Amino acid sequence: MDILGIPILSFLIFFPLAGAIVLLFIKKEEIIRWTTLAIALVEFVASLPLFFKFDSTTAAMQFLEDWWWVEAYGISYKIGIDGISLLLVLLATFLTVLCVLCSWTAITFRVKEYMISFLFLETGMIGALVALDLILFYVFWEVMLIPMYLLIGIWGNPQRRIYAAIKFFLFTMAGSVLMLVAILVLYFINLKATGRGTFDVLELYKLGIPMGTQHWLFGAFALAFAIKVPMFPFHTWLPDAHTEAPTAGSVILAGVLLKMGTYGFIRFAMPLFPNAALDLMPLISILALIGIIYGALVSMMQPDLKRLVAFSSVSHLGYVMLGMFALNTQGVQGSIYQMLNHGISTGSLFLIVGMIYERRHTRMISDFGGISKVMPVFAVFFMIVTLSSIGLPGTNGFVGEFLILLGAFQANIVYGVLAAAGVILGAAYMLWMFQRVMFGKITNPKNEGLKDLNAREVITLIPMVALIFLMGIYPKLFFSKMDSSVEKFLKDFKGKVEMKADLPAPKVAEVKER
Amino acid sequence: MKLPDIDLYLIAPEIIIAAFGFLVLLVDVFAPKGEKKGYLGVLSLIGVVIAFFYTLPLAGAAKTGFEGMFTSDGFAIFFKITILIIAFLTVLISMGYATREGIGFGEYYALILFATLGMMLMASGTHLIVIFLGLETMSISIYILAGMLREDRKSVESAFKYFLLGAFATGFLLYGIAFLYGATGSLYLKDIASYIASKKLLDNPMLLMSLAFLTIGFGFKIASVPFHMWTPDVYEGAPTSITAFMATGVKAAGFAALIRVFFTALPEFRPDWTSIMWLIAVVTMTVGNIIAISQNNIKRMLAYSSIAHAGYILVAFVAGNKSGTSGILFYLMAYAFMNLGAFTCVILLGKKGEENILVTDYAGVGFKYPLLAASMTIFLLSMAGIPPLGGFMAKFYIFSAAVEAKFYWLAILGVLNSAISVYYYLRVTVLMYFRESEREITGLQFSPAPVIALILALIGTFYMGIFPSNVLSFAQKSIAGLM
Repeated sequence: MDILGIPILSFLIFFPLAGAIVLLFIKKEEIIRWTTLAIALVEFVASLPLFFKFDSTTAAMQFLEDWWWVEAYGISYKIGIDGISLLLVLLATFLTVLCVLCSWTAITFRVKEYMISFLFLETGMIGALVALDLILFYVFWEVMLIPMYLLIGIWGNPQRRIYAAIKFFLFTMAGSVLMLVAILVLYFINLKATGRGTFDVLELYKLGIPMGTQHWLFGAFALAFAIKVPMFPFHTWLPDAHTEAPTAGSVILAGVLLKMGTYGFIRFAMPLFPNAALDLMPLISILALIGIIYGALVSMMQPDLKRLVAFSSVSHLGYVMLGMFALNTQGVQGSIYQMLNHGISTGSLFLIVGMIYERRHTRMISDFGGISKVMPVFAVFFMIVTLSSIGLPGTNGFVGEFLILLGAFQANIVYGVLAAAGVILGAAYMLWMFQRVMFGKITNPKNEGLKDLNAREVITLIPMVALIFLMGIYPKLFFSKMDSSVEKFLKDFKGKVEMKADLPAPKVAEVKER
Repeated sequence: MKLPDIDLYLIAPEIIIAAFGFLVLLVDVFAPKGEKKGYLGVLSLIGVVIAFFYTLPLAGAAKTGFEGMFTSDGFAIFFKITILIIAFLTVLISMGYATREGIGFGEYYALILFATLGMMLMASGTHLIVIFLGLETMSISIYILAGMLREDRKSVESAFKYFLLGAFATGFLLYGIAFLYGATGSLYLKDIASYIASKKLLDNPMLLMSLAFLTIGFGFKIASVPFHMWTPDVYEGAPTSITAFMATGVKAAGFAALIRVFFTALPEFRPDWTSIMWLIAVVTMTVGNIIAISQNNIKRMLAYSSIAHAGYILVAFVAGNKSGTSGILFYLMAYAFMNLGAFTCVILLGKKGEENILVTDYAGVGFKYPLLAASMTIFLLSMAGIPPLGGFMAKFYIFSAAVEAKFYWLAILGVLNSAISVYYYLRVTVLMYFRESEREITGLQFSPAPVIALILALIGTFYMGIFPSNVLSFAQKSIAGLM
């Protein structure tokens, strides 16, 4: 499928970049805002055909494009999507529109640079999600860093934005450079085995890698992704980045950038190194469980609304990891679904916190109380989003969490029990927070004159709420897209693991370090 | 006595550069006094361009001349192209900077051309005396250039320090050459190699001494740890355009000679020098990066960063395989673009009497001079190895060579170092974009020549990052004769 003669995925990658270049030549702030919104909307609309034209009967990569980039090294510009990346691409284009909307009045200075960073970020996100060549993926993965770094550093909270921005950059960078070495090692193992140098993941999936090497390589990939997810104990950059970033930055960070980590596991780390993934399954599951419980407990104690939501992300992403490493259909499907849910629920929570922050310029829970009386419309939206985040039946959160718990119980009953306990904790901190902010008497006189949501803000939240219910009530619409891809993922995974069991002891000499 | 064959066509680029050097001197002498002498720069540029177009056609086949003392193989040609690009950009930058600082007279441009001549000889020499002559031609020119700002104490200190330490290093190198001659009876690189191989001289103490001395001599020129002590002071004090020239040109020529001598003359000693260079590479990267973090002067910071980059290049040198060597060629060209670009930004942010070379001077520049700051950011990110810029591709090739040769730890230490380096490169962007300026920088004049250099460097940095194929395959072809 082509748009203006350009294959659709390439169009989606480079259209925001082209838009960013156009923005360079516009002077008036108002026109910049409208242009960016138009670009984001066109991008979103252009991404919709992916959903409708997607063939859900096959697990093969679709909308494929394959060109040489650096032929001498076997680096290709190979992009395509399957049922796993499809929905994440849509999430990215969808959230970008909302982010532009919610930045409308919140960003008051250097609007042009802000919008350019955002569009640049979108290029990076889409590129990383559709790349099927490891180097291409790495390039987009790193490209995402710079605009996000600028978003936090320039438009973040004055007090600690610089610290948070640098921490964000260095953490991600430190993890990913080791991944680069692992990618290179993988390349040369493949070169030796097949005589063909390639970074094409679909080719590399077929490769059998000696056990010892697999552990090292998986370790390097897993570290890069675990930092991005973030898994306990690599999560310390996240609360800082989230708290200091502007609202839209937090939304896109929670909504899409964290998913790059979980997506990286499911697309690269696990299928490439299945035996190592299986061996390390207990470790990763336990870290995920620690993340769930720890994130929830720390959330409970947070005096700051945004930090609370940030730590709840640690907890939610713990579920995603747990489900993925349950390695059964329910777990993996729930995990992918929960990635989308978290993007929508937590994204909405950040939007809501941003809205109230714009009015009161504080995020301390103790500064609020009784808000529901002065802002009834706001209260309704907030309630729905809170319940979705808790996982109330009928909302999207329930579907994802339920499947993950189901998967976890099958994998190991202890994991299931502990994860279920985390759900209760999750309900506790969210509801307690909601009660302290929204109910009771208005104790702070500054809260009395608060204006309810305006039309723009309602328009921003309505699509989110609509999706919360749609995904909660009719999940089949989305599951049908990912069914065959998940099935193939598990089949290939198990196939490779069993194949390995029959192999004689690997030649360890190949991995000897010098 | 039979006269050796003389094929002047082979050394046409060198002759042109030398001729233009003298021409610049002559024009300067006979030109009316007191004028601004912008045309001297233009004349030098013309010389470089003509030499460039005489270099390109030589790329086809490897030819040797002057009784085998001089070769014009792919390896030499690639280096000459890189060196001529460096010279071109340096002259362009100088046309703004040197005029501003009042050093834009004939000797300045002539010496740049003579230094270029020396570098080109170093890339082409297959006889140790030719290499040594090239090295001296280059070094002596640079000693003088470093001290050009003679009213400035730091510049004089820089020249003096560079001269004293450089003379020592040259002494070491000469000792190395002498020992090599003593042990093998020849100064031709190929003859040395075959003599060592035929006589199995691997335990010869004289040869081992010579190996150590050569490592020191070349290690000084490429600024590798522990022979790097001069670098920060010299880079800080020298005129900024010359600092840029040293960081890129001298380094490139130093590596050219190092690779040529070690790979052609001493391949038998590979196990010995591999282990030494492994250590030097790691120490060079780490020391360079870690000390760079604490620098407050941008020229010193770039000096330490250039030390670190020498370390990365040594990683590929240790790997010693085909992809490593072609990776070095690619790296040095990409490094030339990004480093000269960064120094151009440093120059453009200064004015006469106010250099603005403290890192804190960069506060708030981001929104005051958006294009300048964006360019600086791009060059720094490229040096940090962020895709899709030239520096990333360069590092990618180098580390892939290390992995291919199974130097896993070297590759890991290399990438970790490059993650450390992100910190100090980012620090400049933090200041430029995230902080308000405490002191307004006003009245900057962007003369056209350095701006053109900046644009060319940007194009080069992006081109090598996004479309690396052409340069890479050229580099791969270039090393065919060497390996």
